[in-house]
Amino acid sequence: MAIPVRRRAADVVAFAFATFATVFGLLWLFWILWMTLREGAGALSGKLFTEMTPPPGASGGLLNAFYGSAVMIFLGLVIGTPIGVAAGTYLAEHGRHTRVAKAASFINDILLSAPSIVIGLFIYELVVRTTGHFSGYAGALSLAIILIPIVVRTTQESLLLIPDTMREAGFALGLPRWRVTRQILYKAAMSAILTGILLAVARIAGETAPLLFTALNNQFWSADLNAPLANLPVVIFQYAMSPYDEWHALAWAGAFVLTSFVLILNILVRLLARKGR
Amino acid sequence: MNATAASTFDTSGSSGTGKSGAGADRAFQLITAGAAWFVLILLGAITLSMAWGGRLAFQTFGWRFITSPDWDAVGGHFGALVPIYGTLVTSAIALMIAVPVSIGIALFLTDIAPRWTRAPIAIAIELLAAIPSIIYGMWGLFVFAPFMAANVEPWLSDHLGSKAVIGPLFSGPPIGIGMLTAGIVLGIMVIPFIAAVAREVFGAVPAPLRESAVALGATRWEVLRSVTLPYTRSAIIGAVFLGLGRALGETMAVTFVLGNAHDLSASLLMPSNSIAAAIANEFTEADTDLYRSSLIALGFLLFVVTFIVLSIAKLLLLRMNKQLGRTH
Repeated sequence: MAIPVRRRAADVVAFAFATFATVFGLLWLFWILWMTLREGAGALSGKLFTEMTPPPGASGGLLNAFYGSAVMIFLGLVIGTPIGVAAGTYLAEHGRHTRVAKAASFINDILLSAPSIVIGLFIYELVVRTTGHFSGYAGALSLAIILIPIVVRTTQESLLLIPDTMREAGFALGLPRWRVTRQILYKAAMSAILTGILLAVARIAGETAPLLFTALNNQFWSADLNAPLANLPVVIFQYAMSPYDEWHALAWAGAFVLTSFVLILNILVRLLARKGR
Repeated sequence: MNATAASTFDTSGSSGTGKSGAGADRAFQLITAGAAWFVLILLGAITLSMAWGGRLAFQTFGWRFITSPDWDAVGGHFGALVPIYGTLVTSAIALMIAVPVSIGIALFLTDIAPRWTRAPIAIAIELLAAIPSIIYGMWGLFVFAPFMAANVEPWLSDHLGSKAVIGPLFSGPPIGIGMLTAGIVLGIMVIPFIAAVAREVFGAVPAPLRESAVALGATRWEVLRSVTLPYTRSAIIGAVFLGLGRALGETMAVTFVLGNAHDLSASLLMPSNSIAAAIANEFTEADTDLYRSSLIALGFLLFVVTFIVLSIAKLLLLRMNKQLGRTH
């Protein structure tokens, strides 16, 4: 039963490499999180949530950026969710096996991984150029376009997980199709669809590239969605790229808040998903 | 007749044959179909709007837009060779790192790790994909690039910089900002995407196949090499293309650590540019129509290339699903 040394050595090497690869992957995660925590927590202060983004050399906070991000994420969610859920419903239910649904499903998967900077250019051409100015609306719209494919995909998948016997039971009661979908399938798939929406929020919260030339940025307090709007990712980008130490500290503080938000949402979603199972 | 029948039996008006029911059914069908069409049209609209926005650049420069390395905003000459080259090189470095590591992770999670650690490790790897790319960029600029400049690049330049063939790749000052650093950061970012697919399909290999190999005396490495990898080949290649699609279009992380230089350089240690980074850096500064159009033309190229790469990925993954459907 002796396996030749060479074969055994290959086995050991392969498994040592696999272990190393996993440690290697985890190492980056902890390195990035550790630096964000160390630099960000050091830069946290009460002012962060009460003052506006400062000019170079002055102290300040990120209140306008938090506000702008929150508004655009919310608006993106309100615009994107209904479209995403409806399209996902068509792919899984009302259009299942049709050519349109197959094509849309394919295209949706591609949009899911499409470069977000191109979405920014698209909204620039579509909205910013036609209205003549950067605006919070344009930013929200580009976030909605990034959110839609995620919601479509999770809606489709969670509906497909429901056994057909549920649908048949509904039809047997004489319910029309749309009521079966609304009253039976949506209820059964609700937690899974919500999970997908939360994941999509986590994704668009950190999106920077599509906001660069749609919402742009605004150093001052502005609640006007029809004008350039401050937002966390672009402020982090601008401040981190600057030569000023005060701005770097604020960028780290912003990065810390953003990363915490995104990771907590992700972990929460996974806990919820496990509970639902 | 139907209407009266419905009203006697059914107070909620939800009878399948009732007029209002049929109307609502049609409306619901139309709304959902409309949303699905929206997704289809979205793709066409993005492609067309990029082509339209970039038409001035394509008309002015023709093929030279792709083959010329001159990117001169003042003189009004725009050739995209440097960003195209930088995009391809950084993505290639990313895949060279991410592919073996991801397969290693998948193997570790399916064969080696104690059962109770598998879910937490898998989630931790997935979280790598959840971290916003701007955080990668900031960490890359403030932490990783200085680390590369201080520890890795001097060594590379000393030991490999004078070698015959690969020397030019590793010569130059160790400044930390450049294609190698950007490629490594990109590699880390695509690991979770490739690893997730690899892990899923490794787990889906029918047990009898693996068990037969083991019964024939194969070691676990031989099972991987001769059974698992050939069986899951199309999915693994699909995953690699998926990672490539992600790497090609990644913007913020690369923008921070690539240096935004428009010089063509063989050295991986030198600053360069990528398509996405050039757009992110320069679009708001573009002051002429031709400049803006050139950047949108870059966006068009990027979108078309990632579309093709991601389509290949999707087709390969679909093929794997079919195969799994057949054998189960």
